[in-house]
Amino acid sequence: MNVIARSLGLTWVAEYDHEHDRAASALSGFWLFMMSDLIIFGLMFATYVTMLTPMSFAGGPTPKELFELPGAALETAALLTSTYTFGMASLAIKFDRGLGKVKSWLLITLALGLVFLALEIREFAHMVAEGAVPQRSGFLSAFFGLVPLHGVHVTAGVTWLVMMLIQINRTGLTGSAKSRIARLALFWHFLDLIWVGIFSVVYLGGIA
Amino acid sequence: MLVSKIRSREDAYRHDLRGYQAGFILAAILTIIPFALVASGTFSTIATLWVIGVIALIQIAVHIRYFLHVDLSPERREELYLMLFSGALVTLMIAGMLWLLFNLHTRMM
Repeated sequence: MNVIARSLGLTWVAEYDHEHDRAASALSGFWLFMMSDLIIFGLMFATYVTMLTPMSFAGGPTPKELFELPGAALETAALLTSTYTFGMASLAIKFDRGLGKVKSWLLITLALGLVFLALEIREFAHMVAEGAVPQRSGFLSAFFGLVPLHGVHVTAGVTWLVMMLIQINRTGLTGSAKSRIARLALFWHFLDLIWVGIFSVVYLGGIA
Repeated sequence: MLVSKIRSREDAYRHDLRGYQAGFILAAILTIIPFALVASGTFSTIATLWVIGVIALIQIAVHIRYFLHVDLSPERREELYLMLFSGALVTLMIAGMLWLLFNLHTRMM
């Protein structure tokens, strides 16, 4: 039954399990959003790679001069650990381990997300102080198009996480809260997946 | 009956937990290897870039399998097809764009 109810358009099957069907189709819709988002990121990556020629550096700073391994490693560690802690929150919901556990894992995830954002903002501030601003060269325009776009997504995720914490604090783990957290979990894991591309292409590719 | 039910639920929990743990450990290893390679600079730039690319693709597969829970099972077919289709679109667009622009770049030189 679940397999059929998961399908998007087959609403007649789901008459007797309305709530589950709503949650499943909301999740399918969210998959569609994420895949469109993936295409936006894909094109930003492509733009970035075309801007890696000496001409696009326009005499400005090159990736080798700008990027530092330790900073990228710390950001990666924060985001990867946060994806694991969000997984623990999802498990706590799935196996009814209690509201307290869910809240603590979500709070740890939130803290790690904030650590990631703080590290990233510090890195951008450092770059701007060195004169590496978006209008300096085509390469820097592409960099500030790609990496902060991911940062904005993480900011959205963090905001969403705060709102979910407020919601479950008020009403407990209702059906709608669970369904929203399931989508937030997808979003959060997806952002970590995008980050794998960013640290590989931008940071490691730039420094290597 | 009740006891066996609880045990199977407990087993399911442990199974899921192991999945996340395996994903985390694999992702960590697949992150540390390219960072260490770049930090040590053992290989040539081109060789390092190839290793980074291949390991990144493996890590993306790990994330999809263990965190997004999309695998080859029939229950996950929709997500799998959606991802494969989007992946094909992204590949076409990225490869096409790079081909076109670098070709133009060569001709302009």
